[in-house]
Amino acid sequence: MPMPDNGLVVVAKRDCPTCQLAEPVYTQLDSGAEPFTFYSQDDPQFPDGISHVVDDSTLHASWRLQIDTVPTLLRIDNGREVARAIGWHRGEWEALSGIKNLGATLPAEQPGCGSMSVDPGMAEVLEVRYGSPPMRSRPIEGFEPDDPVELCYQRGWSDGLPVVPPTRERVLRMLAGTTRAADEVLGLMPPDLGECTVEKIAINAVLAGCRPEYLPVVLAAVEAALVPAFCMHGLLCTTYFASPIVIVNGPITRRIGMNSGVNALGQGNRANSTIGRALQLVVRNVGGGVPGGIDRATLGTPSKIGLCFAEDESNQEWQPLAQARGVASGRSAVTLFGGGEVVGNFDQKSRTAQSLCASIASTLNVAGHTKLVQRHDAVLVLSPEHYRVFQQSGWDRQRIGDELKQASTRDGAQLVRGAGGIAEGMPASVAGSQQHKFRDGGLQIVRAGGEAGMMSAMIIGWAASGETGSEPVTKEIST
Amino acid sequence: MRQSFTLLDPTAEREPVKRTRRAPPTSLHGCTVALLNIGKARGDVFLDQLGVRFAERGISFRHYAKPTNTKVAPPSVAQSIASECDLVVEALSD
Repeated sequence: MPMPDNGLVVVAKRDCPTCQLAEPVYTQLDSGAEPFTFYSQDDPQFPDGISHVVDDSTLHASWRLQIDTVPTLLRIDNGREVARAIGWHRGEWEALSGIKNLGATLPAEQPGCGSMSVDPGMAEVLEVRYGSPPMRSRPIEGFEPDDPVELCYQRGWSDGLPVVPPTRERVLRMLAGTTRAADEVLGLMPPDLGECTVEKIAINAVLAGCRPEYLPVVLAAVEAALVPAFCMHGLLCTTYFASPIVIVNGPITRRIGMNSGVNALGQGNRANSTIGRALQLVVRNVGGGVPGGIDRATLGTPSKIGLCFAEDESNQEWQPLAQARGVASGRSAVTLFGGGEVVGNFDQKSRTAQSLCASIASTLNVAGHTKLVQRHDAVLVLSPEHYRVFQQSGWDRQRIGDELKQASTRDGAQLVRGAGGIAEGMPASVAGSQQHKFRDGGLQIVRAGGEAGMMSAMIIGWAASGETGSEPVTKEIST
Repeated sequence: MRQSFTLLDPTAEREPVKRTRRAPPTSLHGCTVALLNIGKARGDVFLDQLGVRFAERGISFRHYAKPTNTKVAPPSVAQSIASECDLVVEALSD
């Protein structure tokens, strides 16, 4: 759109009382000695009495002139803006235009309205249309009335549930959720070792249904998945029921409205549901990990759609998981855990720490298989009512972990292959020794769930937990 | 004029934008061929003749039909072909 090189410019819209109020002023400016250009955002018939109104319904001029408020009066000199008056203010308009007695019958000043170029969502639309957005991913074109959601299915981008079509505008909006450059490479995502840029992660976050403010959490989760110790490739291609479980700590959980309370492991919270899903879609789309391809899960688990939740940090006596794993208090972090199945402990009778500890240990011992030890890690999700039992006995995170370790220790003779008439089990060499269920560091404990309910949950880890397979990984969340 | 829309590719872009067609089989023996009458005039004549030739050569085939040539095949027809056949012949023209 050609822009005037010199003179006075007004940008306004009919749907603005101040713009209408100032109509007599536009006539005065139009009658002056200088070139005068009027851009009308919503109606080229507005205002009356102006010789040349430029239809700016595309908002191209408004975008180029960076108009936030209408009416705005500008002075252009050799193609450059040299002065600007926002809203109606007689003194400012007279000074800028050099014309006296502008709008003599009008009030001396009146604030303007928002420019249509800054309506919600419009900034991204105009940046995509006229600017230089940073995205470099290749465009995939479709034609109406084809449904963009169906196109996503056809291209294989979905996990089976509907996705949000990643238009340029939505991706640009998503990228505004981080300060990181769109072309920053976080690493190579297994199994195909696809280049994992911030932009690709943003596109998949759009698909998953994330809001832009979730993106830093998704980025941290992807970074954690790329740490070799997490063993994303193995976790994906295993026949076991495993996938990355995302546990989020810190102030960001409150800022973005994550759920750590009622139904924390369930559905219904957008941040919980979409952050975990975004990570899974990055693995699928950037990494190329699809069920039946590299993903060889025998049964899989609903967690593979994406299981993500926040820890309840409201109890001052409870040390959150992120702090236990070395993150400073007040910082936000994600912890990735390679696991999947959720097993409940429904104990409404235990009122002493000892009883509840023995009870929960009996549940922990079934991780993977009741006769296998030192193989599966686990996350214990303690509900507030179960934690209260421990708290009343003065047990903190360290004590609970130590006591559970002892309570889940068994005589090797019970575990050997064939014992109890069950062929599965540990080698005969463990007979005569005491066997801890978990390797050192193999049990993570978090506190989450609704205030009512004497029950907790165990999330069982991959059969190859630890050095031989997947280690939990914690990453601090940046901006 | 049809409006276009643009989506950004969420993948690592290893696959071409336009997916390549599946390679045709080297032989029709062992395959079941769907003969799909889309409803165009005399399409049935062409497909019936093709069926005669296939029968002479011992190639198995099945007949299918769209209710009308003006609309895409209903899901039941597409699903039947996908589950019962390996390739499709359509009679597209009058």
